[in-house]
Amino acid sequence: MSELTLLLIRLAFLAVLWFFVIAAVGVIRTDLFGPRTAPASPRKPAKPAKPVSKPKRGEPRQMVVTGGPLQGTIINLTETPITIGRATDATLVLSDDYASSRHARLFPQDGQWIVEDLGSTNGTYLDRSKVTRPTPVPLGTPIRIGKTVIELRK
Amino acid sequence: MTATPGVEVAPVPMTAKRRGAQLFMLAFAIVIVMGAYASVGLGINGQIPAGMLTYGLGLGGLMLAAYLVLARFAPWADPLLLPLVTLVNGIGLVMIYRIEQTGQGGASATNQLMWTALGVVMFSATLIVLKDHRALQRLTYTLGFVGLGLLVLPLVPFIGKEINGARIWIGIGGFSIQPSEFAKLALVVFFAGYLVAKRDVLALAGRRLLFIDLPRARDLGPVLITWGFSLAVLILQKDLGSSLLLFGTFIVMLYVATQRTSWVLIGVLLFLGGAILAGQIFDHVAARFEVFLNPESPELYDRELGGSYQLMQGLFALGSGGILGTGLGEGHPKEIPLSFSDFIFAATGEELGLTGLMALLMVYALIVERGLRTAIAARDPFSKLLAGGLSFILAWQVFIIVGGVTNLIPLTGLVTPFMSAGGSALLANWILIALLVRMSDAARRPPPQAIQDEGLTQVFQR
Repeated sequence: MSELTLLLIRLAFLAVLWFFVIAAVGVIRTDLFGPRTAPASPRKPAKPAKPVSKPKRGEPRQMVVTGGPLQGTIINLTETPITIGRATDATLVLSDDYASSRHARLFPQDGQWIVEDLGSTNGTYLDRSKVTRPTPVPLGTPIRIGKTVIELRK
Repeated sequence: MTATPGVEVAPVPMTAKRRGAQLFMLAFAIVIVMGAYASVGLGINGQIPAGMLTYGLGLGGLMLAAYLVLARFAPWADPLLLPLVTLVNGIGLVMIYRIEQTGQGGASATNQLMWTALGVVMFSATLIVLKDHRALQRLTYTLGFVGLGLLVLPLVPFIGKEINGARIWIGIGGFSIQPSEFAKLALVVFFAGYLVAKRDVLALAGRRLLFIDLPRARDLGPVLITWGFSLAVLILQKDLGSSLLLFGTFIVMLYVATQRTSWVLIGVLLFLGGAILAGQIFDHVAARFEVFLNPESPELYDRELGGSYQLMQGLFALGSGGILGTGLGEGHPKEIPLSFSDFIFAATGEELGLTGLMALLMVYALIVERGLRTAIAARDPFSKLLAGGLSFILAWQVFIIVGGVTNLIPLTGLVTPFMSAGGSALLANWILIALLVRMSDAARRPPPQAIQDEGLTQVFQR
């Protein structure tokens, strides 16, 4: 085995090792931002729909916890209602003495997200005002439940 | 995505299972490991070793089994954890095989492969038995006591064994087990459960002095007890690594739970106090400091016990490796005492060079990143703390041993996770990965779908 071959094997091995790291980072990238080819398909059906819909500032896509013990949690919004409370089957489980087991609910209606208080003891606050009836949630407005603050983001 | 009334809108794509990516990365890792085997053989005697297929396919079969269990019992789990761990474990196997070829006593690749197999069995068993990791929260105090019991076990006469000056082994049959490796898992679960329950008291009560919030004296209790306990471990078992590992993990989990900087300050001060105290009282701790400050001194280099010989040999190896390394199979790992266990990182550094070591550290960093990502995505506080704690203990362990080998911090004996020869550490770390996989499965699982559009009745997949 000549020196040169060994040198080449050595360099090739290191290159492959780094290629593994880069491939792993690539998987993470896809995980975070979606596959590179994916945005093309959802956009196509959306375009013909655009003229029909009134020009909007865009819909919220994520619910982000901005305060409280669960800070940083992100839940992607789908067509599914989101329940918040201390019950273990809630979408967002709070361990907060000020939250009820089924505290509040967020659901989409006509392209808007509505927050509804489910008869909680300490109430749900949208910005500063108490939520007494189902209320639409604007983007970026804090919803307070006990010590937890959540908001909707694009 | 615009939703208009009456128009059916496709839901936002949720986290996919990424099975393809996982299988691809797994196969890639196995191919790298087999390439490394071939490279070792070519480097030593110009032939591809006969063991390449046995070890490579053995590892591949094990990981395929682990993958199938994962796909069946935790389908939404993070796709990267298993391939990354496979690579580190495989490179460790190759290095141990390579060191075995030099004839250094104690290195055995067959044993390590057997322990890897047991590790995969433990990984699978954990995933199958533990359907919901929140069950661990109910066992908080039980696991706390189990952890303490395991730590104390080596001190019990007849069971405990002293090897290389540290009393951290117990003998069962012909095997030696290091119970502290399992104790650290149990204690992280205990810390997570305890801190979830006591977080508010620890975070909110207290006085403000200058710029930091001081906690109340009685809330300091658990911190002081952990501190005292890790000091006791250090003193009675001469196990510097484990005590540093435990104390650091507890402080970080406390910080994660309460978000108060004062705990970190108190922790660092307590640690420095403890270290200085131990350095004054105990010869073996003082010797470590001496070696750390002045490893080049000929007097220390020649000293029989507690000298800097091993450390300097490791540094020489890293130096001769340079940027690109000497190539697999072409270094001199035999020159480093215990190069297959504590100093495997130095031996790897000689043959793969700085480039290879950085790639390995990146792989560790990615494992930790996936763990911390799981902690961020988790939906309940216990999982957040547990995932954060488990990832941190892995990162902290790599830091302590790599820092020690490169003389960045005083050397304390700890194994390099997944790489060093040693069954207990391998088993414990595979269980740790299983717990992370279980939690990432729960965190990435899409939220349950409603039966009706607006209904409160929902179906939950468990």
